[in-house]
Amino acid sequence: MMIDTSTAAPSAMPPAPPRSWSTLVLFAFLLLLVAASFATLPIPWSAFLTLESINNMAEFLAGFAPPDVSAPFLTKTAIAAGETLAMSALGTLIAVGIGLALALPGAGRWGRAPRAVVRGVLNVLRSIPELVWASITLIAVGLGPFGGTLALAAHTSGVLGRLFSDSLENVAPLPEQSLRTNGASPLAAFFYATLPQTLPQMMSYTLYRWENNIRAAAILGVVGAGGLGQMLKYHLSLFQMQQSATVIVAMLLMVALVDAISFALRRLLTH
Amino acid sequence: MRSSNIDGALAELPPALRADPAWRGRLTLTALAVLVLWPMLVASEFKPWLLFDWQSLSSTAHFLAGFVPPAHTPDFLALLLRETWQTVAIATAGLTLALLGAIPATLIVTERLSISRLGTGRMRWISALIRQCVRWLLVLLRSVPELVWALLLVRIIGLGPAAGVLAIALTYCGMLGKVYAEILESSEAHASDALLVNGAGRLTALLYGALPEAASELVSYTAYRWECAIRGSVVMGFVGAGGLGQRMDESLRNMDGGEVSSMLIVFVLLVLAADVVSRMLRKRLA
Repeated sequence: MMIDTSTAAPSAMPPAPPRSWSTLVLFAFLLLLVAASFATLPIPWSAFLTLESINNMAEFLAGFAPPDVSAPFLTKTAIAAGETLAMSALGTLIAVGIGLALALPGAGRWGRAPRAVVRGVLNVLRSIPELVWASITLIAVGLGPFGGTLALAAHTSGVLGRLFSDSLENVAPLPEQSLRTNGASPLAAFFYATLPQTLPQMMSYTLYRWENNIRAAAILGVVGAGGLGQMLKYHLSLFQMQQSATVIVAMLLMVALVDAISFALRRLLTH
Repeated sequence: MRSSNIDGALAELPPALRADPAWRGRLTLTALAVLVLWPMLVASEFKPWLLFDWQSLSSTAHFLAGFVPPAHTPDFLALLLRETWQTVAIATAGLTLALLGAIPATLIVTERLSISRLGTGRMRWISALIRQCVRWLLVLLRSVPELVWALLLVRIIGLGPAAGVLAIALTYCGMLGKVYAEILESSEAHASDALLVNGAGRLTALLYGALPEAASELVSYTAYRWECAIRGSVVMGFVGAGGLGQRMDESLRNMDGGEVSSMLIVFVLLVLAADVVSRMLRKRLA
């Protein structure tokens, strides 16, 4: 059967969707926000574009030129990279433990009130960034990688706790219920019905967070938490540019390596 | 033969272990985990007893005791308000500058908008080369962490919000350029291809073909990045790039618990507010 198209003259275009006022107001508000931001920030834009400042910048950047590749410095960098890696792995591991422990009440297994309380705690843990955590934990345990590990663990527990409790809530409840009605203990029912269902998702969340944490651990040292970041801060503050360049390259390499590995792992897991 | 061997080995085991048929695997895994974890614990100087050391406990307790009540003198609150606005302004200005770089970069990088590939399916070598160069530039921009950019920029242009704005602009230019191009590539190709094949320019194809398909996703990603930029601008304050972070760093150095606690409260509220606003933007503009 042919569709009669003759009645649909070009003039019978569908009417344009009505413009809503609130969207226009929102756009105006966004423009205002941008304008106000530029207007209130004390930034001497004109000073950046003088010949002198451009020369200064070029000189500064030229100082990086040959990165320091002497063997002793490279070993030092490698040790710092290992420290960064260990911090991220341990921090993630601790966070998995705390996250799992908080996910059970967070998923509403013990009623509404504990759920709300735990979710609130998780939100606070999560919304304070690693670096701010680090500057607090460093007061508690002193400078060094341990403070960084604790900081990573604190922030990541918030993130993983939230993700774990969401996935525990979203899991199909029937398998656990049927085990329970057949007389299994609550613990056994949880371990053999609910946990296996959520485990793959939890694993992939954990891997993803670990990847994030390696990046975070690399820079945590800036406030004194060991690893590559501390080296970078140290050499930059002494204006040792060639050493700083090596550290930055090491950071980039590490992040690229982790990206490649996690890409390959995810490929392996999904195929 | 073999099975009787294993049975014999099993019989020698204590009954608790005999009950578990997977004991070999579990034992190996545990040993492996210890082997891997041990060097890590050493490398990260994992000393949890430091937490319970009397001296550090008392200094921590002293510091935390200062948290209540949070500092709330009118002067300090005014300062806090000013710094909070500066943090938001750094994030907004940085993201705006990032967009100025990311939009042209997207226009160049997106293969969907290539004219020379039409028909043959292969780009001219010069366009392919330009694309690849811009792509590498974006990779470089986003793989240096924003905090490292901020550290470097503070050395170049001095302490203050300018370093934060530029650090966000550089990092986010790399991220936005890449993700925008990915979103455009993965959207429906019919409209933009039809426009290009019929002789429309690249900009026309983008505006009328590719954008309507992908607009909501682009906007929601941008709103999400704005939220990230706010968090980032607080963090960058710690290396001297202005805003709430710089004040927090100063208060932490002075061990002023009251100021730190009110800043933490403001910070958590700010992040929550940014979350709400960005969710609203995403819902409204999507």
